[in-house]
Amino acid sequence: MHEFLAQLANGVELGAIYALIALGYTLVYGILELINFAHGDVYTFGSFVALGILVGLRAAGALHGAGLVLGITAALVAAILASALLNAGIERLAYRRLRKAPRLAPLITAIGVSFILENLIELWQGSAPVPFPNVIPNPQLQFGELEVGVQQIVVVALAIVTMVALHFFVQRSKLGKAMRAVAQDRDAASLVGINVDRTIAMTFLIAGALAGVAGFVGGVSFGSAWFLNGFGAGLRAFTAAVLGGIGNIAGAMLGGFLIGLLESFSTWLIGGQWSNVAVFSVLILVLVFRPSGLLGETLPEKV
Amino acid sequence: MIYTYALVAIAACVAIERFHNRRAKTTIVLVLAVFLAVAPRFYGNDAVFSVLADAAVYVMLALGLNIVVGFAGLLDLGYAAFFAIGAYTYGMLASPQFGLHLPFWVLLFLAAALAALFGALLGAPTLRLHGDYLAIVTLGFGEIVPQIFQNLTKYTGGPNGIAALDVPTFFGHSFGASVMPYYYIALFGIAAALWLSRNLRESRLGRAWMAIREDELAAKHAGIDILRSKLAAFAIGASFSGIGGVLFAAKLALVSPDLFGFQVSVLIVSMLVLGGMGNIVGVVVGSLLLTIVNSALLPQINSLVDATFHTTVDLSNLHFLIYGAILVGIMLFRPEGLLPNRERRAELHHAGEAAADA
Repeated sequence: MHEFLAQLANGVELGAIYALIALGYTLVYGILELINFAHGDVYTFGSFVALGILVGLRAAGALHGAGLVLGITAALVAAILASALLNAGIERLAYRRLRKAPRLAPLITAIGVSFILENLIELWQGSAPVPFPNVIPNPQLQFGELEVGVQQIVVVALAIVTMVALHFFVQRSKLGKAMRAVAQDRDAASLVGINVDRTIAMTFLIAGALAGVAGFVGGVSFGSAWFLNGFGAGLRAFTAAVLGGIGNIAGAMLGGFLIGLLESFSTWLIGGQWSNVAVFSVLILVLVFRPSGLLGETLPEKV
Repeated sequence: MIYTYALVAIAACVAIERFHNRRAKTTIVLVLAVFLAVAPRFYGNDAVFSVLADAAVYVMLALGLNIVVGFAGLLDLGYAAFFAIGAYTYGMLASPQFGLHLPFWVLLFLAAALAALFGALLGAPTLRLHGDYLAIVTLGFGEIVPQIFQNLTKYTGGPNGIAALDVPTFFGHSFGASVMPYYYIALFGIAAALWLSRNLRESRLGRAWMAIREDELAAKHAGIDILRSKLAAFAIGASFSGIGGVLFAAKLALVSPDLFGFQVSVLIVSMLVLGGMGNIVGVVVGSLLLTIVNSALLPQINSLVDATFHTTVDLSNLHFLIYGAILVGIMLFRPEGLLPNRERRAELHHAGEAAADA
């Protein structure tokens, strides 16, 4: 029971990170029908930016008392900004020209961008994992049989706050409505005066910002950052988005938590070396038997 | 030296693309074949032919993937899995691992059949998926296969793989340490793959693939059996990769799971994209160019840099950067690839002009 609860907490923590990344896939897919393959690497970039700021501040001796809270906030904000700008930059430079290209062209481009980013990050930070500064104090709290760390609570809370904010943003704000309109019908949206290019750019900005939050919490949670982290995490998050129903925001969150739980329990029950196999088998099974995902709707094929 | 061979081959390919006269094309192909078969007696050394044999294996892989991606328009991002299946077939059945020492020539065909079988097994449930989704599922499959080989330590040697694979024999003559037999087998393999690709393209099946690639819904309503055509593409494409895997494993005398990762799949996709998807000659040029850059040009530049600046940098990681740059650059600036077929170029440029008009 004790071990079960510990794995449950682990799974929720992992799931929160995957959910944040999955939201980025889902937002972009919803609006462009593009699997932004480079999204995982945008997450890695966010992780390294947060890491760089924290290491710098620690070296300057600024991480004490109020400085600690300020420093953590600064690292989080920097990761958000850096990832958002990177993602929007990728859209501007690589994807925008390909809006009318044959369907596979943007995906192939996205894979290329992902390879470029991974290698630039490797040139910048080396090929070994870099330890993430352990800045958030992590005393263990006991709730009956369940033992959780403060870090875990912070990670999950931050993710949930971000997701709730995103939900209201997309449902209520003017830009959110524009995003949904462009996702539904790009031409009709532009006829009613929505600036489609700007809306798509903003979508990438928001997706990148979410990857930045994930980069920060992922660094805290895994205790390190690595240039290839984004590949595995990105694929898992994409699986999560598909599982929930791609294009569906609530679905991405649900899928993220489910994949996080699947990973932690499969690691516990059958060993970590099988977790990839477990996650990708789920991906294949979902796509084959319920391609619209758990919460997605089935759309008729457009001619 | 290696550049001489590569340049001759590439020049011949370009000439074949440029000439429209059937007899001229046949002549060029024959001259090239004789040159590649005879020239090694006079010119070159083992190191050169080792690289060329590897290049030839990659050409075969690229031709196989071209059937799936180029002809049928199904983006397969896990093609390396079939390469792994071929290599492990040889690794497990011709090594001390189980004490089995089946002959190389039998295993070539067995691996082709096994890879085709797995291609069909993967294809059957997933081919209803479209475009991007299919790409991701194949990617997942490509991640699972090496992982399974890595985890089943008892049978596959785990992360270390299987070493000391049998040296193939030809009518009782051992290949020994020479790379020449592999070079000739791979050349023969390319010739067979080219012949098969060309005939398939002109066949009823090939036309069905192209119809599916252009418009699946229309093809379906024209009475094409979509699932069967796609399955055939997957199985045939995979079988090329299975044969390539046996050659690769036998030459290296080693298999290990890290040789067949996502990078290999992307490398082969890059070859297609660089040369021109769907165009057989273009694919050959793309794969030759990339292999030469990887195994000759980059190491040379690396040693040049080290000698000039007295450093010990490692540029070998750069080739992933190069694949990425190729994928992005070609898609943005020359989506039809370096050496496209005429229809594809016309189509892409026509589409571009139509978009500009709108």
